[in-house]
Amino acid sequence: MSQLKRIQYNCKKATFLIEKKMLGRITFREYIELRIHLLGCSVCRIYGKQSRIINDMVRQLFKSSMPGESKLDENFKKELQERIEIELNKN
Amino acid sequence: MSAESNQLDPHTWVKSHADYLYAYAIKRIADEEQAKDLVQETFLAALERVDRFEGKSSERTWLTAILKNKIIDVYRKKSSGLRKDVQAAEHEQEDFFEQDDGHWRTAHAPQTFGIEDVDHLGKKEFNNILQMCLQKLPALWMAVFTMKHMDDADTTLICSELKVTQSNFWVIIHRTKLNLRACLQRNWE
Repeated sequence: MSQLKRIQYNCKKATFLIEKKMLGRITFREYIELRIHLLGCSVCRIYGKQSRIINDMVRQLFKSSMPGESKLDENFKKELQERIEIELNKN
Repeated sequence: MSAESNQLDPHTWVKSHADYLYAYAIKRIADEEQAKDLVQETFLAALERVDRFEGKSSERTWLTAILKNKIIDVYRKKSSGLRKDVQAAEHEQEDFFEQDDGHWRTAHAPQTFGIEDVDHLGKKEFNNILQMCLQKLPALWMAVFTMKHMDDADTTLICSELKVTQSNFWVIIHRTKLNLRACLQRNWE
């Protein structure tokens, strides 16, 4: 292990800051310390890259409507509309 | 199309929006029966407040907002109580780092495994693995992660809705990603 890795942060903290930086704010000091950690830690650099990609993929997954999947069956829909009609007629 | 006009027509609700709302729900709670129930509850709740629809948003947006609140209720219910699933998930990542200095343990250190290839974005096989890994998350983590990433909700709002502190919020975000990433690396082929 290089000495650099022992300075400032351990990887657990570094990965925490990577996450916080992506979605929120970290202090200037934290930013510098994270940079130093990442200079010396290739594993956390991989983590950071993958983490960013995962965020993009998750966002993509939930944005796409994925046609063909997650469809309701027709019977359920028919009964549901009937139920709505009954409620409408009550008023 | 009724989805784009700012008027309500309950006679066409199921035809126009049921599949959309169901897909919206299933992605966020991953339980078919519950998602169906939520779609039904959404329409019935919407009927009770048709008179409060102001036409400021489209019919679909309005219905989705009702569904969204119902999903948050589900999150809240699922994530309250003993939170045993959280303990299990925390246990899973205990070995990720050395206890004394917090360095990655070799067996758990992130490695490149193909996810970096941008071509995978949106691919069906990947989406399946991703969804499987998301479903393994504890209810509270899934709720926090989903609200933040999928709906871009404000952190303060998420904290108050799910009753977690700001600092706990960031711990959850971090822990969720650790488990999610590890799950993807394990299952990616």
